[in-house]
Amino acid sequence: MTPTLQLFLVVSATLFSIGLLAALSRRHAIFILIGIELMLAAANLNFIAFWRFGPQPQPPTGVMIAIFSIAIAAAEAVVGLAMVIAVYRHYRTTNVDQFDQLKG
Amino acid sequence: MSDSLDQIFIRAKQWLLSWLSNAPDWLIQIASSLINIAALLGVFLTLFALISVLERKILGRMQNRYGPNRVGPFGLFQPVADGIKMLIKEDIVPARADKVVHFLAPILIAATAILALGIIPYGRNMTPFAIDGGILFFFAVGSTTELAVFMAGWGSNNKFSMLGAMRAIAQMISYELPLIITTFPVVMVVGALSPDAIVAAQNGYSFGVVPHWFVTTPWGAAAFILFFVSGLVESNRTPFDVPEGESEIVAGHMTEYSGFKYATFFMAEYIGMFAISGLAVTLFLGGWHAPIHGLEFIPSYVWFFGKLSILLFIYIWVRGTLPRTRIDQIMNFAWKFMLPMAFTCIIAAAVWHYAGRGVAGWLWSLAVLTLVYVILSILLDTRKKFATRTYRFAE
Amino acid sequence: MNSAAFVVIAILTLAAALAAASLPKLIHAALNFAVAFIGVAAFFFLLGAEFVGLVQVFVYVGAVAVLIVFTILLTRRDVQDTGKLSWGGAIIAIAVFGGLLWAIRKTPALSIAAPQIEALTVKRIGGVLMTDYVWPLQCVGLLLTAALIGALILVMEDREEG
Repeated sequence: MTPTLQLFLVVSATLFSIGLLAALSRRHAIFILIGIELMLAAANLNFIAFWRFGPQPQPPTGVMIAIFSIAIAAAEAVVGLAMVIAVYRHYRTTNVDQFDQLKG
Repeated sequence: MSDSLDQIFIRAKQWLLSWLSNAPDWLIQIASSLINIAALLGVFLTLFALISVLERKILGRMQNRYGPNRVGPFGLFQPVADGIKMLIKEDIVPARADKVVHFLAPILIAATAILALGIIPYGRNMTPFAIDGGILFFFAVGSTTELAVFMAGWGSNNKFSMLGAMRAIAQMISYELPLIITTFPVVMVVGALSPDAIVAAQNGYSFGVVPHWFVTTPWGAAAFILFFVSGLVESNRTPFDVPEGESEIVAGHMTEYSGFKYATFFMAEYIGMFAISGLAVTLFLGGWHAPIHGLEFIPSYVWFFGKLSILLFIYIWVRGTLPRTRIDQIMNFAWKFMLPMAFTCIIAAAVWHYAGRGVAGWLWSLAVLTLVYVILSILLDTRKKFATRTYRFAE
Repeated sequence: MNSAAFVVIAILTLAAALAAASLPKLIHAALNFAVAFIGVAAFFFLLGAEFVGLVQVFVYVGAVAVLIVFTILLTRRDVQDTGKLSWGGAIIAIAVFGGLLWAIRKTPALSIAAPQIEALTVKRIGGVLMTDYVWPLQCVGLLLTAALIGALILVMEDREEG
């Protein structure tokens, strides 16, 4: 079966739902971050797939969006992990169920 | 005549592929890739074996002794003896180690090192895999090495291994920045990320004797020195071998590996050395071009491997000469000196380009580099100011 | 486009992602996460966007994965998750997946094969970045600087307060 656009979208939908599963059903803060990064990667895959299968010739808009999305996802992962470390220093645990107080 | 000698390997490969001329297209592609890979592995594994004995002999001569000279003529069969020793050693895995991670780490390190060799042009038309973003591929694969080093340290379930792995990763990440930024002037001046285009932009000779290599420009020379030093650090070679110094941390992340896996780490380090030297030759030393116009009849791969050998000799020479630096000295050097100098090289390259690429450009970029170097030397002066000596005598 | 390559890469990526989402030991999940991203980069290569694939490997596997394992090391009290899969999360994920699949099925314009395309060179991407996308480029540069400074401030130890 030659890969059609539908097949790529199905793969990226699966990746997205696996990321969603990781983000929703895990209690460790870093696992949740892993899930979020997987969801972002699935969205990037969607962008590139639509760019490739779109009408030709077209400007590389999908590719550009994917490049910027990767850069922004990296920045967000950095800040997220810094927050995990900072919160761990205070609470001595990374179980998100324990982060239940607004008072610092 | 010289052209046929130059292209002799390409002709050999085409002759081999002609046996498959009536096969489907994908089979020919796979066969072509396999021939490339086999040739690459053959050449570099032989070079690895040779360097492992030559290094010890050269180090020995520098330390006023013979190196290994028992096995074979002048000790050149020593790698065979080493190989047999490594193969028959018992493979010890710590009981509480993470078996999968412990097993995969040396494989991953060796795989990423060998992958990086694939995009370097070894001669005219002799790049194994010519990718459009070849330099980016090299660095992407190099940054995967850090993850593999961490796997080695963590999978051993040993505090020394973990500490060694963290130090190694900190060192490698810090020096990855100067390594990559010093390639920016070259990419900027050439306008392409493909190593073939970069080598092609370095042809031509001024007055027939001065080649247009990037190392003959001031920013190119500075960038080459910075790139070479960063390469020394990336491959964990003395004087930057804190992650594997025996007197400090046993063997760092390689402590719990014995026999063939240790040999794999060893091989990965040397092949990383080859890859970085190969890239330095491609980016700054003109790739496979001859240094003088009259010597162009010598085949291109001879020139490439000659330049590579000179760089490897400098690696070994530095190892035999300089003592080990402390980890905080290494980090300070990276962030406070090499990073600003790397950025200055980009500015100097732009100045060289816009002042016309002749003598005026050369002098202006030299001025920029010297200015920043002097300012940094004054700012980073760490020599202790000693008080005048006072003498106290026993009464 | 090679269908055998597509099937192999799809299986690799989805298996690694599933492993990253469900393994109890955190380090194994992080390493499978890196493998999943290599799989996504392979997809990008298959789709003809090689530059993005290389950037993906460089940024995610070389930087984000290393960052995640460093953070795991620094927050080491519980490297195991409790391993009990929460059913609410699984139901929501399956519902989202079902919704997306229904939306894909319903759109007939999507079952097209890949058209012929001229190769997207790095030169073209560089040109477009510097002309059409120069404002987003500068904004992303500022954003990365802000993220760098912010992360440093977040993890710097307070020396004044005891």
